Amino acid sequence: MVAGEAALGEAVGADLEVAGRLRGRGARRGMARMLLGNGKAVVGACLLGVFCVLAIIPGVIAPDNPNAEVFKPALPPSLAHLLGTTAYGQDVFSQLIWGARASLIVAFAAGAAATAISVVIGVSAAYLGGLWDGALSLVTDVLLVVPAFPLIVVIAAYTNGANLLMLIVVLVVTGWSFSARQLRSQMLSLKRREFLEAAKSRGERRSYIVIFEALPTMTSLVIACFLSSALYAVLAAAGLQFVGLGDPSSLSWGTMLYWAQNSSALNTGMVLWAVMPGVCVAMLGASFALLNYAFDEIGNPALRPVRIARARGRRRG
Amino acid sequence: MKYIVRRLGLFLITLLAALTFNFFLPRLMPGNPAIDMLSRLESKGHLGPQALHTIEIALGLNKHTSLLHQYVQYLGNAATGNFGISYTFFPAPVSKEILEALPWTLGLVGMTTVIAFLLGTFIGLISAWFRGGRLDSALPPLFVILSGFPYFWFALLCILLFGVTLNWLPVSGGYNTSLLPDWDWTFVGSVLSHSVLPALTIVLTSIGGWTLTMRNNTVTVVAEDYVRMARAKGIPEWKIMWHYAGRNAMLPNLTGFGIQLGFVVSGAVLVEYVFNYPGLGWMLLDAVSNQDYPLMQALFLMITVAVLVAVFAIDLLTAVLDPRTRDSG
Repeated sequence: MVAGEAALGEAVGADLEVAGRLRGRGARRGMARMLLGNGKAVVGACLLGVFCVLAIIPGVIAPDNPNAEVFKPALPPSLAHLLGTTAYGQDVFSQLIWGARASLIVAFAAGAAATAISVVIGVSAAYLGGLWDGALSLVTDVLLVVPAFPLIVVIAAYTNGANLLMLIVVLVVTGWSFSARQLRSQMLSLKRREFLEAAKSRGERRSYIVIFEALPTMTSLVIACFLSSALYAVLAAAGLQFVGLGDPSSLSWGTMLYWAQNSSALNTGMVLWAVMPGVCVAMLGASFALLNYAFDEIGNPALRPVRIARARGRRRG
Repeated sequence: MKYIVRRLGLFLITLLAALTFNFFLPRLMPGNPAIDMLSRLESKGHLGPQALHTIEIALGLNKHTSLLHQYVQYLGNAATGNFGISYTFFPAPVSKEILEALPWTLGLVGMTTVIAFLLGTFIGLISAWFRGGRLDSALPPLFVILSGFPYFWFALLCILLFGVTLNWLPVSGGYNTSLLPDWDWTFVGSVLSHSVLPALTIVLTSIGGWTLTMRNNTVTVVAEDYVRMARAKGIPEWKIMWHYAGRNAMLPNLTGFGIQLGFVVSGAVLVEYVFNYPGLGWMLLDAVSNQDYPLMQALFLMITVAVLVAVFAIDLLTAVLDPRTRDSG
C-alpha cells in the first residue's frame, strides 16, 4: 500500500510544478492552448464531438426507425441499407446511430458520478489524515483489488437484466477506487505546500482550503480521472450488454453485439452487424483514452513528446 | 516486515469483504430468492415437496437461525470449500466443477499475464530509452488507442480473421472434444492450438498498460541524478539502460500489478466467453445464464481469491526487490 503510494506520489510530484504555474488568470487559456497543440487531444476531442452529435440528433442522420423489424432480414449493404439489415430485419446503420445515445449517457453519467465520489473520498482521506485516512484508504484498496467485471456480473445477475440506471449505479460503485487513490496521493503531496500553509495561517476554514485552494491545482488530474472512469464505464457496459446482462430490449451497441452473437452473425455472412457496433465502442473508447493520455502529458511535463533532434543531442551529451 | 504484515492484512480484509458481499447480496435482493429459484426450476421439470427447503439450505437462507449464526456457518463452509450443489451440473458439488475449470484459467491468464508483463515492460523500456525514435512514435500512441478497445470485440475480430476467413486455428473450446483428455502429444497439441487465439487476444489487449506505465516511469527515471552519474562514469549505455534505469522503473509496474491484474482478469472473463474456453470466466457467465446462483457466487469468490493470491505474491516479490518498501513499513 505504502510503496504504491510512494511511487504514485513521485510520478505525480512533477504534476505539481506545472499545476502551480498554471494557477491564476492564464490557467484556462494555457490549458486550452496546450490541448490544441496536442495531437492526441485533438483527435480524441474530434471523435468525441462526432459521437455527441450522433447522440443528440440521430433522427436527422438515420431516419429509419432503429427498432422496426420491417425490412427483409440479413440484407447485404446497399444504398437503402448502408450496413445491411439484421437477422430480425432491422436496419443496422440506424441502430448504430441511435445506439450512440445510451453509450454516451452511461459514459458521462457514470464517469461524472465516479469522479465526484473519488474526489470526495480521495481528497478528504489525504486531508483529514489519521483514522479517517486509514478507513477510507482501506475501502479504496479493497475495491481496487477485487476484479471489477466478475463483481459487476454477479450484481447484475441478481438485479435481473439491469436497466440503464442500475447499470450506471453498478459501474460507479465499482469504478471510483482507482481515481480516488490517485487523487489521494496528489493531495498528500500538496498538503505540505506553502500556499496551503499560508491559507491555513490566514485562518481559512478547511473546506475553503480544500475547495478553493487545493482543488483548482488538481484540475488536469480530476479531468483525467473523469476520462478514465468514462472509458471504464463504456467498456464495462458494452461487455455486460454483450453477455446479455443489460436490458436486451434497449438500444445500445453492446445490445446489438449481444443479438449479433446470438444469431451467430459472424458465421452467417452478417459480418457488419457484429463488427460495426464494436468499431463504435472502440472509437468512443479510444477517444476517451486519447484525451486521458493527453491530459496526463499536460499534467506531467516530463511525458510530453520531445523533438527528435533534442533527444538525440541529449543522449550523446 | 511491517510492510508484509500490512499487505497480509489487506489480503485478509479484502477476502473477508468478498465473502461478506457474497453472503449478503442474495439477502439484500427484493423478494425471496428461494421461491424465485423454485419457479425457475419448476419450469424445467417437476420438483418434489422438499424442493423449497432444499433450495433455502443451498442458498443458505434458513429462516430459523439468526443472521449471525448463518454468517458464521457460511464462513465455515467457505473455509472448507463447501459451496453447495450446482444446479447446472446437479448433483455435482460446486467445488468439483470449479476445480475442473481452475487449471484452464490459471494456465491461460497466468501465461498471458507473464508474457504481456515481460514483453510490455521491455517495449516500454526500449521506447522510453530511444525517446522520440521510430518505436516510440509508433507504439505508445497505438497502445493508447488499443486500450480503448473492448476485449471481447478484439476476440470477435480474431475469430473472424483467423477462424472464419483464414480457417487457421480453432475458435471454440479448450481442446478437440473428439480426443480423450490424456497426456499425449495429440491432446497437448490440441490444447495448445485452441489456446493460441484467446492468448493472443489477452496479450494484445493487456500489453499496452504495461508498456505505457513502464515508458512513463523510465522517462522519469532517466532524468535522475544517478543515471547522469553513471553516464559520467562512462558506464556502457546498455548497462545503464538495464541496470540503472530499467530496474528502478520496473518497481512501480510491480506495485501496480494488482490493479492491472484486476483489469486483465476482467477482460479474460469475456475472452473465455467468446472462445467458449472452459475456464472460470466462461463458467461464471454460463452459471449466470443458467441462473445457477451457488456456482456463480463460488466462482466469483474463486476468481477473487486467485487474484488476491497473485497480488500478494507480487507484494512479497516487491519487498525482496525494493528495500524501500521494507523500510517504509
